[in-house]
Amino acid sequence: MSTELLDRIQFALTVSFHFIFPPLSLGVGLVLIIFGVRAVRTDDPKWRQLSTFWVKIYGLIFSMGIATGIVQEFEFGTNWSVYSRFVGNIFGSLLAAEGIFAFMLEGGFLGLMLFGGSRLGNRMWLFATTMVVAGATFSATWIVMANSWMQTPQGFEINDVGQGPQAFMTSFREVVFTPSFVPRILHLLAAAWMVGTSMVLSVGAYYLLKKRHVELARTMIRVALPMFTVLAVLQVVLFGANQAIEVSKQQPAKLAAMEGLYGTRSCAPMFILGWSDQKAQTTSGISVPCLLSILTDQTPDATVTGLEATPPQDWPRVNLVFQVYHLMINLGMLFIAIGGLACALWIWGRRLWTSRWMLRVLVATVVLTEIATLSGWWTAEFGRQPWIVWNVLRTADAESPNVGSGQLYFSIAMFVVLYALVLFVFLRLLDRKIKEGPPPPTDELVIESLPDSFGEIFRRRSRVSSGGD
Amino acid sequence: MSLSEIWFGLYIVIIAGYAILDGFDLGVGMLSPFVAHTDTERRIMLNAIGPVWDGNEVWLVLGGGALFAAFPVVYASLFSGFYLAMMLVLLVLILRTVAIEFRSKRESRRWRSFWDWVFSLSSFGITVLLGVALGNVIRGVALDQNGVMDVGLAGLLNPYSLAVAVTAVAMFSLHGGIFLSQKVEGELLERITALVPRLMAAFFVLMTALVGWTLVRSEAFAQNYRDRPWIAVFPALALLAVLTAWRQIRRAHHFTAFLASAVMIASLLGAVAAGLYPVMIPSSTDAAYSLTVHNAAAADETLTVMLVFAVIGMPFVLLYTAGVYYFFRGRVRLDDESY
Repeated sequence: MSTELLDRIQFALTVSFHFIFPPLSLGVGLVLIIFGVRAVRTDDPKWRQLSTFWVKIYGLIFSMGIATGIVQEFEFGTNWSVYSRFVGNIFGSLLAAEGIFAFMLEGGFLGLMLFGGSRLGNRMWLFATTMVVAGATFSATWIVMANSWMQTPQGFEINDVGQGPQAFMTSFREVVFTPSFVPRILHLLAAAWMVGTSMVLSVGAYYLLKKRHVELARTMIRVALPMFTVLAVLQVVLFGANQAIEVSKQQPAKLAAMEGLYGTRSCAPMFILGWSDQKAQTTSGISVPCLLSILTDQTPDATVTGLEATPPQDWPRVNLVFQVYHLMINLGMLFIAIGGLACALWIWGRRLWTSRWMLRVLVATVVLTEIATLSGWWTAEFGRQPWIVWNVLRTADAESPNVGSGQLYFSIAMFVVLYALVLFVFLRLLDRKIKEGPPPPTDELVIESLPDSFGEIFRRRSRVSSGGD
Repeated sequence: MSLSEIWFGLYIVIIAGYAILDGFDLGVGMLSPFVAHTDTERRIMLNAIGPVWDGNEVWLVLGGGALFAAFPVVYASLFSGFYLAMMLVLLVLILRTVAIEFRSKRESRRWRSFWDWVFSLSSFGITVLLGVALGNVIRGVALDQNGVMDVGLAGLLNPYSLAVAVTAVAMFSLHGGIFLSQKVEGELLERITALVPRLMAAFFVLMTALVGWTLVRSEAFAQNYRDRPWIAVFPALALLAVLTAWRQIRRAHHFTAFLASAVMIASLLGAVAAGLYPVMIPSSTDAAYSLTVHNAAAADETLTVMLVFAVIGMPFVLLYTAGVYYFFRGRVRLDDESY
């Protein structure tokens, strides 16, 4: 195998594994904020109980995100040194901004969030949680910003000042707000929130199936199900569609690969299932006529640019892009069905609580949302090939020249073994945490004795020791 | 002063921030098997760093990002040239993170003792690898005219770099020991109190020897100190800080001892940076191929944007870092949420 392919395999492997966790922390984080707000607003102790339980799960997920996230920051330099030298001025500054604005916020407040259950009142605990979730959201924003610059680069010029060609920033505003950034961040955040809410749904449905913690489980579903369903609908009709329109305008070759469209044509069909043969330049399967034209230009007569407009050496692997894209789309449709059906059963005489098959489906949904989110990311990244920076720098020209295949086999093997072990232990521990269930409600008096404002934290010592001297 | 020079200074500040903050929690990890005898004691040590270790490690991530942006050429050359060492750094970083998270999740003794060892060995591994990397940077590496090098793992493990690594192990263990003196009590505190002076003596001897070796081995380094005598203020400050730390330890003023230890680490890194400046990565092939503050920096547009980020972000970072340390001050008590 070529070193380029090995470099790509390693990056795809590590970034995909990492990408299991951030959407979970973004989404579960959002649900935790809702629990926290309810704990502040109502007297019902169940909200704090739910927070305590989900914060523990959050901690486990978050630590996995931290452990696997730093890998990418290293790999740009270790495996893609030509790329790093080329884009450091632009891409590097966005990563540095992520560090100072997002990670520092998360890192600063994570301790308070994870250990806040026995040390902070509802208000301050909610504050700490909100800061961590805000940090995670900023982090996603900077990363999508950096990746969007790779998809639709602008605001730069290429010069050689003695270190090979490098991209230099001409306008920071243009670098940050590339045409693809806003549609992509909306699409990604909605996806992440769906992953998180489906995680909460999954656990709630599991308890209902086992007839344990029934009241708390119903509360989890009452909070998560409406969010999940609304997001599922918005994702398809608004954020996803908006994203596809953006790709059709900015990266027509990518859109053509997503739908396996070789010839430029009007009334272009949209496939539901299919197979694309890149050699024969044909795509066959079940399709809806004219729907792609309607999607991109809101009229059936619109012309959609096919792959023929792009030289074949600049095509991505068409069938691969086609398949991961359609996996995402079809799962997206399935989520509307699952959410809609579960809502209907819930509203219709509260049948959801006893409908065992529906609860089983809900338990499985988190796996499907994870797959859909990963497929979306793969569509974006596989679809950008053979470019690492769209139409500017080829992936084949971006690797480290001094890293040989022996070193790459070693590091790939290391990551495979390490990640398999870590994933196995993570799933076992997650399973135990869930089976252990929520803790008993905390005593009202104890909660009231905890410091619940900045003044109480910093002016006087709380009655329950926060480890104070 | 040019923007690239300002960023060199800021970069050293970030590295020092990392070494001071993550330094003590790496030290706690390395000391754990030697001073903690029971499961409760090990948990106390782990929870002494529990709420802050992640925030500390963020400084490493920030250091990586800042290097990528401010000195992209150094980032690209260094990370690709040290490929296998960097992969091992990732290995131990991941293992350490999961060990902290996993170890107390099950009661089983074998489970806990396994992750305790992973935690200690990975803390040791990170310190050694970073020490070796720093040693090789001071020593110079085989950069060609394109800023490319291929140093195998064996090439990195030269005697000088290993000496830097050993000194780093002693320094972080000492720093971690001083930190723990504020966080634990009872027999555990007694053991640590007995250990700290010994660590300090060992570190002092190692450091003195290393300074001598550096000046003898690296002509450019020694020349820089002769040409710019005022930079001797860094090693002088380090010496003063060591003596202050020693005095405060003897008087059982642990907090000021910890501050002195932090100043010591920062001044030692300052001394290294001042000795290398304006070179960032010396080339052992030809001095003309060395990467310097001037030829490896990003353009002024990027450095300006980054400076604005730093000016806006840093006060917040310092504010909530200080807030969190203040909130979790005092000796560790274990509860349901502890690791």
